[in-house]
Amino acid sequence: MTKAKHDRILLAHGGGGQLTDELIRHHILPNFKNDTLAELGDSAKLNLASNSVYFTTDSYVVKPLFFNGGDIGKLAVCGTVNDLAVAGSKPIALSLSLIIEEGFDFESLDKILASISEAARQNNVNIVTGDSKTVETGAADKIFINTAGIGEKLPGVDLGFEKIAAGDKIIINGTIGDHGMTIISQREGIKFQSQLQSDCAGLAGLTCQLLENTSGVNPVRNKMPEVPTSASRGISNGVKFMRDPTRGGLAATLNEISRATALSIEIREADIPVNPTVQAAADMLGFDVVTIANEGKFVAIVSPESAEDCLNICKNHPLGKEARIIGEIVQTRDVPTVEMKTKIGGKRIVQMPYGRELPRIC
Amino acid sequence: MLERIHKAQTVMDAACKTLGRQINIMEVCGTHTVAIFRNGIRSTLPKRLKLLSGPGCPVCVTDQSYIDVVLQMADRDDCVIATYGDMIRVPGKGGSLETKNTKTNVKIVLSSEDALQLAKDNPGKTVVFVAVGFETTAPATAVVVKEAAEQNIDNFCILSGHKLVVPAMRALVSEKNHNIDAFLCPGHVSVIIGYGAFAEIVEHFSRPCVVAGFEPLQIIEGLAEICRQLSAGKAELKSVYPAVVSERGNTTAQKIMAECFEEADGYWRGLGKIEKSTLKLRDKYSRFDALKRFNMTEVPGEDTSGCRCGEVLCGLIEPPECSLFKKACTTESPVGPCMVSSEGACAAWFKYGPER
Repeated sequence: MTKAKHDRILLAHGGGGQLTDELIRHHILPNFKNDTLAELGDSAKLNLASNSVYFTTDSYVVKPLFFNGGDIGKLAVCGTVNDLAVAGSKPIALSLSLIIEEGFDFESLDKILASISEAARQNNVNIVTGDSKTVETGAADKIFINTAGIGEKLPGVDLGFEKIAAGDKIIINGTIGDHGMTIISQREGIKFQSQLQSDCAGLAGLTCQLLENTSGVNPVRNKMPEVPTSASRGISNGVKFMRDPTRGGLAATLNEISRATALSIEIREADIPVNPTVQAAADMLGFDVVTIANEGKFVAIVSPESAEDCLNICKNHPLGKEARIIGEIVQTRDVPTVEMKTKIGGKRIVQMPYGRELPRIC
Repeated sequence: MLERIHKAQTVMDAACKTLGRQINIMEVCGTHTVAIFRNGIRSTLPKRLKLLSGPGCPVCVTDQSYIDVVLQMADRDDCVIATYGDMIRVPGKGGSLETKNTKTNVKIVLSSEDALQLAKDNPGKTVVFVAVGFETTAPATAVVVKEAAEQNIDNFCILSGHKLVVPAMRALVSEKNHNIDAFLCPGHVSVIIGYGAFAEIVEHFSRPCVVAGFEPLQIIEGLAEICRQLSAGKAELKSVYPAVVSERGNTTAQKIMAECFEEADGYWRGLGKIEKSTLKLRDKYSRFDALKRFNMTEVPGEDTSGCRCGEVLCGLIEPPECSLFKKACTTESPVGPCMVSSEGACAAWFKYGPER
């Protein structure tokens, strides 16, 4: 296949004419081969088995575009996939919208598109519709990406804040702070940046496995019994709620849960997995690692009786090897708070981060 | 580790009982303040042991008059201001480097070397390095001043806001706050000046001075050592950070500082004018002094914002006692420098307090 003659994006690539056609046919489409997209209709038509559909959207403006462990393309797929996954659905399809600055080089664009393609393949979702626009120099910073996604409800799964109760356990599927510290260290030019790696990953494989195996539901769709059997009922409400601790990190997610439920949370610093290099970078730059963004993590609130099963399922998955139970939901004494028992046996409040420190982290 | 912590706690409990009163220990340094909050150390201490956050955060103690001079220099179109990150948000008259619509470039640098490089890269502009910090950063400033002199990089100059730790401690105990029983002294400054530098505080003012690193265990053991001394009616000079801190410190760094700088009287936020507490360039290097180059002076003025950072820095009040705290003054839009700096006491209380 012959690629376009230009090595940089021109405004005309967004003009709707021949160059736009070239951009789509030579750069974008070859990366995303599926029947729905191939029709190039104004809308994608999807046939879904479930009549409960989850729908989400997210925009990606991360700087730098390429970082250790990923790039804006991988992030744009994984981020949206994760929003669908933690809501308790199975991601099916994504849209892809590119806003490209005039002068952006095709080499980088092709790398990003290939990365999107690979991430979509790994997460078992199709890019079924899309759009591209070009803007003049200075109107965007190289490339911005928006993806929207839809997911199908997993049978028998129903997650929500209202299910959370005192005594529930809090699970995280691995180390925290990796994505945020990678980005900020790369941006600040910190020497040990090469040892840091973003955790950017799509979580749907793990979350679906976790939900299917702790909700007493046969993973093969359509064979689900209408009413859970008594054997399965014990853990039918195993997983009660999930959220991905992206911007604001673990601190923001736990505070959101505490606020929404009016319950308090106690976590143990010693049980929270942190990569030592991430900790060193955070200390050096004055960041509190619980407030740093993650892109391949979820926090799951699970019933106490299912906690060990849930933990084991996580640990048997490549993205959950370092999963831990990090704390519990507790009754509120005064006002709902998130409290951390520190390694030295002290206690401190984990506040909702103010959110100034890290712009354009995703 | 927990065993050593329990042992330290026993010592502190016993001291509080023996003395039968509140013990006030000032942690001089902002890095200690943050470590104390982040590790929940206050919650592990006896109720009658109170920690006061001291004047050891360089951004916090920088006087308004200094910020105003920086802002004036930033208004010149022939200058580039090279500054450490936190300084750009400290409000002066009519805004901060970040918010004020200044004509010139403001560049954030991570080191003094970066600032000098900026001068080499921009021969058409005068690069003014906003040189703040205690004895930890002053040697690095001295190194680039010497380098600029040797290489005749004449478009480089510094606005020295460097300060000395010991004179501030002296001003506190002799004048500003008589309730301070002892000092927990900062490890990193002590690496440079040596723990022997605190001897005069111990000898003249009978206040225990204990140097500790920034690991929670070192902090707790430092506090326990202070309690041991207080309950025995003693004031001694000790380091619980012996592997890194020597009595004499880093003499090479001291030498280069002494070569470039001399001690001068200077203004501190909250503490006012303190004798021989700041570092100004020696005559030999005066051509790199930004004040002289632009014929400017720092004019101390009244801070009318209602900000009580000065009292916070002296350990006279805790941040929540300031009426602006968490209301008009937040980490997002700080009024005072103690809220700007990541090592400021107000920012630490804002992010991590209150504790049970």
